[in-house]
Parts: sequence; structure tokens; C-alpha cells
Amino acid sequence: MRTIQVSAITELVRQAVQTINFVTPEGTLALLKEAQTHEPSPAGRQALTDIIENRAVAAQQRVPMCQDTGMALVFVEIGQDVHIEGGILSEAINEGIHLGYSEGYLRKSVVREPLFDRRNTGDNTPPVIHYDLVPGDQLKLTIASKGFGAENMSRVRILTPAQGIAEVKRQVVECVIEAGPNACPPVVIGVGLGGTLEKAALLAKKAILRETGHPHPDPRYAALEAELLTLVNATGIGPQGWGGRNTALEVRVEYFPTHIASLPLAINLDCHLHRHITLTVE
Amino acid sequence: MKNNETNPSEPVRVTTPLTDPVIAGLKAGDRVLLSGVVYTARDAAHKRLVETLSTGQSLPLPLSGQVIYYTGPAPARPGQVIGPAGPTTSSRMDTLTVPLLEAGLKGMVGKGRRSAEVRQSVINHRAVYLVAVGGAAALVSKRIIKMDLVAYEDLGTEAIYRLEFLDVPLVVANDIYGGDLYEQGAAAYRIAGLLE
Repeated sequence: MRTIQVSAITELVRQAVQTINFVTPEGTLALLKEAQTHEPSPAGRQALTDIIENRAVAAQQRVPMCQDTGMALVFVEIGQDVHIEGGILSEAINEGIHLGYSEGYLRKSVVREPLFDRRNTGDNTPPVIHYDLVPGDQLKLTIASKGFGAENMSRVRILTPAQGIAEVKRQVVECVIEAGPNACPPVVIGVGLGGTLEKAALLAKKAILRETGHPHPDPRYAALEAELLTLVNATGIGPQGWGGRNTALEVRVEYFPTHIASLPLAINLDCHLHRHITLTVE
Repeated sequence: MKNNETNPSEPVRVTTPLTDPVIAGLKAGDRVLLSGVVYTARDAAHKRLVETLSTGQSLPLPLSGQVIYYTGPAPARPGQVIGPAGPTTSSRMDTLTVPLLEAGLKGMVGKGRRSAEVRQSVINHRAVYLVAVGGAAALVSKRIIKMDLVAYEDLGTEAIYRLEFLDVPLVVANDIYGGDLYEQGAAAYRIAGLLE
């Protein structure tokens, strides 16, 4: 049994939301530089040059890379032998978002209610939190700032088993073409297959949060990821939609068992900022 | 390939307010360094501007020859003119854009495609739609030298601000000749054989 104080969680979230908005991880930077090297379109290359330079400026000045510092998203993996002390876990996470967005001069982009009263909550709370109970005595947090240029262009479709792989490919390409420049390409594409409506969406989101440079362990799904990437990059949309061969940096697929009657599909797009981090609470 | 059309080597320097001869010289794919006064307005401000126009009241900003930038800046750190201020998705403003063009607006800066209606209105009213690199907000902010509140303070980041640009790098997306950066760019690099 491990005891964790909620104050440690608040502190970790407070720092993490700032870090992901200011600093680019090596893996993401390497993907962007590789795209820049191979991009045949001059306009596309120019966009990638600006994107890479912007990251250097943001890290050096400790300002967010983008004015849309997103809605915060937190995936919590709690070991079942963890005991949390000193307060309520979700409130501790909220407090970390509140402090981090204020201290980091991040934009507050959350409204309190979607339809009748779209007033800003003022501190970017609440985040969307997902909890997973896992074996062990560790507490792991994955924190993301999800920009909505890309989130708005995502989709869920419930396919039939007969539609199969061909329709999955068609849907992914169509989604990327419809999103075009709006999702701020080059994008990272998360595809969730199977489960139920909400499970597929969650898998697509988790796929986005997967570490860079790690294809699916099942070779059939790894091959599907590679093929989808080739197809999406054949659209010609390119960086920022200005034309080119780097529309996506990676496509990642996650799956779950599903019902005999169904083939749920969710496609979640992440802009080139790709802001997330996974940390273990000590 | 339309490389020369989508990325001429030298950007053109343009200063606001925009005049018809300047706009006539801009074509989709041209790179522009924009300087001068630009007004911010996004979703909520557009709604109010169009409501104001429809009731015949006067607007809180001059529109004739002016440029609107679709952005909601992040807060500035002490000592900074403005926080990161990159472009937001322009298509959300599509249904609220034509009345502003009719009232004299000459330029828009944002990111992403416009509706057929807006593209046609850009032609009819001899205007121009320019785009910045989405997500490169820290870079844009370095080229903004002044920021003043104009109207709708209660909207926070969505209020209307008067900005002064100094050589902000942009690309022409829609011109008065019907040119479209996004169509031209994707057509030049699409590999049709793979997508059928």
C-alpha cells in the first residue's frame, strides 16, 4: 500500500499543464523535422519551418506555442494498492489546472455550460478526467491540452461488420479531407475500433496519447496504421493545408472486443502541437 | 506543380488600410508581410457586430478598408505587448462575414477554408482572405507592436482589440480572381491513384 497526498497531485498537474504548452518533447520535434526534410512543397516546407521556429520561441520565452491552450484532459491510472490522502482526487486535479493556467498565462477557454450559458469559467476548469483502476501501487497521470481546431473535426461512426476494413480506410481519409486545414496539419490521428460508442471514442483519444514512434504491437494493426498514413498523406493537403505530402505525422489505431452486430469507429485528430505528458506521482 | 503560384520566393509588403489597387495585386498563394492596424474579432464579437449592423446602429470600429484578425489571444505576461495570438478557424465566422464585407471590410486573417458564399463575396466586394500558420502563435506575437481594447471588454479574449502589425507573415488564401490556396495546394500534391 502506498499513500499519496493530494497536494503532490495538484503540484504535478500545475507544472505539467505549463510544460506541455511551452516545451516540445524530442520525439515530436524529430517527427516535425523529418517531415520538413522530406516535404516537396515549398509552401508546406515554409509552414513546417515556422512551426518548428515557433516551438523554439515558446520554449525560450516560456509562452504557450498556441493561443488555444486547449481544454485540459487528464487520464488517471490508479493502482488498486494506492491510498489517497488529504482531500478529493478530482478536486486536487482541478486545483492544479486552476493554478497552472493562471501562473502560466495560458488562455482560459472553457465555458460553464454548452448551450444556454456559455460564460467562461475563468480558470480553464473543469478538465475532462478519466479514471482507470490498475494493479499495483502507483499513480500515473497523462495530461493533455487539447486544442479544438482539431477536436472539432473529429468523428464517430457506427459501421456494420460487412463494411469492414475498406470503410474504415474510407472514413479516415474522408475525415482528414473534410478537416483539411482546420485541424492544423500535420496532424496526429487516433483511431478507435470496437467496443461501444463511447469506448471507441476513448480508444481514439488514448491512441493520440500513445508515445511517438511506437506502432501497434499487433503487426496487422501496425500495417493498418502505416497504410492509413500513406493514404492520408496522398490527399495533398499538406502542412497547414497549403499543399504537400505531410498531412499527418502518425496514425495510431487502438482496438477493443465488440458486439457481433457492430464495428464502432472513432477518429480523433490532434493538431501538430500534440501537447501531452505522462508522469508518475511519487 | 504550381510551386511558383503557391510559394513565390519573395513576400510582398502590404500596409493597412487596404486599397483596391493593392488587393488587385494579391493572388492566392502569394506570401505577404502585413503591417499597420488590424482589429481582432472572433465568434462572440462577430455575433454582436452583425446584430448591431442589422439594427442600424453604428459599429464600435471603422470597417472601411480595414482588416479583421480571427484570434483570441492568450494573456500577456508582464512586459509583453500581447500574449500568443495565432489564427483561429475562420469557417466559424462564415455565416457572419458577408454583412461585414458589405459594410466595407477589405481583409480577413485566419486559418482554414471559407464557404462558397464568403469566397464569392470576397470577389464581389474586392476583398482578400489571408491566412497565418495555425499554432505558430508565439511567432506572430513577436510581430505585434501595439494592442488596445476597442469594444466588448466583457468578452475577455474574444473582445475587439486594435493591434498594430509589423511584417506579420501571411499567405493569400482567397483573392478577387477566385483563386483558392487550399484547392491549388492539395491539387498539386494529391496522389489520386492511391485514393481510389
